[in-house]
Amino acid sequence: MNSPAEASQASYLADPSGKGLRGWLLTVDHKRIGVLYLLAMMSFFVVAMSLGFLMRLVQLTAFKGLVSAQTYNALFTVHGVIMIFLFVIPGLPAVFGNFLLPILIGARDVAFPRLNLASWYFFMAGALVALASLFLGGGAPDTGWTFYVPFSVRTTTNVSLAVFGVFLLGFSSMLTGINFITTTHRLRAPGMTFFRLPLFVWGLYASAWVQVLATPILAITLVLVILERLFGVGIFDPSRGGDPLLYQHLFWIYSHPAVYIMIVPAMGAISEILPTFAQRTVFGYKAIAYSSLAIAGVGSLVWGHHMFTSGMSDAANVIFSLLTMVVAIPSAIKVFNWVSTLYRGAIDFQPPLLFALTFIVLFCIGGLTGVIQGALSVNIHLHDTYWIVGHFHYVMFGGAAFGFFAALLYWFPKMFGRMYSRAWIYASWFPIFIGFNMLYGGMLVLGVMGMPRRYYAHLPRFHAMHVEVTVGSWLLVLGLLIYLGTLVYALFRGERAGSNPWHGVTLEWRIASPPPPDNFAELPVITTGPYVFPEGPP
Amino acid sequence: MDPSPQTLPAETRAALYVQVWAALLVLTGLLALVSRQGQTFATLGLLTLTPLKAGLVLYFFMHLKDEGLLLRTVVLVTLGTLLIFFALLFADAALR
Amino acid sequence: MSEEHDAFAGRLGMWLFLATEVVLFGGLFIAYAVLRNRYPADFHRAGAAMEVALGLTNTVVLLTSSLTVALATDALRRGLRLRAQGFLAASLGLGLVFLGIKGFEWAAKFHHGLYPKAAHLATLPQGEQVFFGLYFTMTGLHAVHVLAGLALLAAMLAMARRGTLRAIVLENAGLYWHLVDIIWIFLLPLFYLAA
Repeated sequence: MNSPAEASQASYLADPSGKGLRGWLLTVDHKRIGVLYLLAMMSFFVVAMSLGFLMRLVQLTAFKGLVSAQTYNALFTVHGVIMIFLFVIPGLPAVFGNFLLPILIGARDVAFPRLNLASWYFFMAGALVALASLFLGGGAPDTGWTFYVPFSVRTTTNVSLAVFGVFLLGFSSMLTGINFITTTHRLRAPGMTFFRLPLFVWGLYASAWVQVLATPILAITLVLVILERLFGVGIFDPSRGGDPLLYQHLFWIYSHPAVYIMIVPAMGAISEILPTFAQRTVFGYKAIAYSSLAIAGVGSLVWGHHMFTSGMSDAANVIFSLLTMVVAIPSAIKVFNWVSTLYRGAIDFQPPLLFALTFIVLFCIGGLTGVIQGALSVNIHLHDTYWIVGHFHYVMFGGAAFGFFAALLYWFPKMFGRMYSRAWIYASWFPIFIGFNMLYGGMLVLGVMGMPRRYYAHLPRFHAMHVEVTVGSWLLVLGLLIYLGTLVYALFRGERAGSNPWHGVTLEWRIASPPPPDNFAELPVITTGPYVFPEGPP
Repeated sequence: MDPSPQTLPAETRAALYVQVWAALLVLTGLLALVSRQGQTFATLGLLTLTPLKAGLVLYFFMHLKDEGLLLRTVVLVTLGTLLIFFALLFADAALR
Repeated sequence: MSEEHDAFAGRLGMWLFLATEVVLFGGLFIAYAVLRNRYPADFHRAGAAMEVALGLTNTVVLLTSSLTVALATDALRRGLRLRAQGFLAASLGLGLVFLGIKGFEWAAKFHHGLYPKAAHLATLPQGEQVFFGLYFTMTGLHAVHVLAGLALLAAMLAMARRGTLRAIVLENAGLYWHLVDIIWIFLLPLFYLAA
């Protein structure tokens, strides 16, 4: 195993009781499991990013014939399935939750370590099955990642296989949720009351409840799609008396809360990063903690806003629109608290802070566009256009994924005992930020102009904007490759990092980088809140 | 044996369980009778007697009676979530 | 890594898992409600084809198996290992009887052409087709869970015979079995009584 830290026996990476491939594939160490998820998810991210790159390329006249229309349908379907189910939903919980939750609460591991490993295997199995659907017999699914009936029941592509893969992935999410809830309740160090928990833990906890309570609805919905395809049970298929709108309801009952599984932990990570680089305690700790629960709760009630133009009753439309406006409130509370945390802090400008600030900006744009499209009359014009695509990339990519990248920059030295080149990360930021806004800001414009989403071709009047958007995608990909390359390089050649390069005060910064297998020599006893900074400069 | 903190060591609950079982059988019979009286009664029975039966199993067989706030909250939140899904979905399905 | 025998953690984990099962079936119950609301007359007519006696018998069987599981846990807690094994064996037997009756019912439906994609079913009104689609889906998924429960109970019985079964482990297995029973408690009126 290419072990970046060849040094001490004290590192979980070089743990002698867990040698070689077996030591990793059969590990029950939460830190190793987090790293396993990281490696897999980054690989899947690169694959899906390439698909996105290709989708944009094909919009240029010069590359028009590169793929057929059928293939284009498969491209956006698979891009969505991989990004959503193999990257953003597992997201921060799978990597940073696994690695850090026990450490942050002063424990040696999660409540169910073997179940944790099983979660990873469900993840990999689901990924392999979903990816297999790209290549086998019927061809890659072409329904969009949303698998709407009746097309998903009729199409001859490998929908059943892909959907079964997602079903398996759901188990990973549910079991991780169960593990995290139990861990948070049972394994906190003495003195670590709920209101002394780091805010990242609150984010993981709130998200875990959604993982437990919403994912099973997706599971049953996917099973029903498979049964519909195989046996024609008639629950969704209108030609057999079924209700296609019922599918949409059941699908979105999970898939909307899913976006809160994506964002709430990311927000939690931001709540960790900001106090460290402002060297002062978080403003409004309880407000942020409660807002995590509120977002998870109210966020489970808004799913109908994906269906405003599908034919729901007027009553349902109005109720869902109202609830959608309400759910913006707890998120806004967080933004105000974050900004207040920074105000008059002793700002130490570092890469994690840069990406955290970028998160706030991009998430605000995404969130506000969400409020706009939550208005019924506006939604009629904007639904299924590029505006929607722009919106969700601002929140899922600019929000959740940027939160992931910020968290990676923050905890990389802790996880691997190495520091990366700050210069190269700053260099990557420029093409990332400019490219991102060209790409997705351009999509917002295209949407308002009326360009529908998931279309292989476009009318001439949209062409100039499409070119701008594609060029943006090139810059973004360039920046991402630099970012990833810098971190990969640091894994092997980076300077050794100390236990606390950022002068943080939460528990992970008290132990070595990388941490020893058992996390703590002696379990800590907690006597204060999580963000107590020493007076004066560090 | 390692007793769970919830149950009393030497005492047996066998008699209680049998009583609950008998009650469940009675309720089942009642449900069957009520259902024969027509659709409305059948639906009413479904909405009252059935949750009652489920409640008995939860409370006695599954020991919810002895559990603390956390587990009861888990159950309540789960059921509440389902109810809300039902209600919001029916805001569409029933009024379309 | 130290394994802390935290009984409550195990129980909490099991209850959370049961929560996922409740929501899983909840989705199906929602589907049933929506479609029944759409086809009230068809559901009523299709419901007449169901064997109420078999449904009620299966209910008694499953309720009794819940009793025997509860009694097994009680016996084990009191140190009465043989009695616990007896009750576990009884639960297993009753579970198998349940599956047997279910299999018989399904076979009868197949025989009468009342299954999805059957030629005869296709001649019936759409609501009735949907009823049977739901019937097979929901009782089928339930049967899968009964099987899983039986596997679990069999494992418990094996451990009890070897003397390695702890009361808290059996308690958790019991929780799963009771949930399987609760789901059937709801399925009974949905398909046999209130339709």
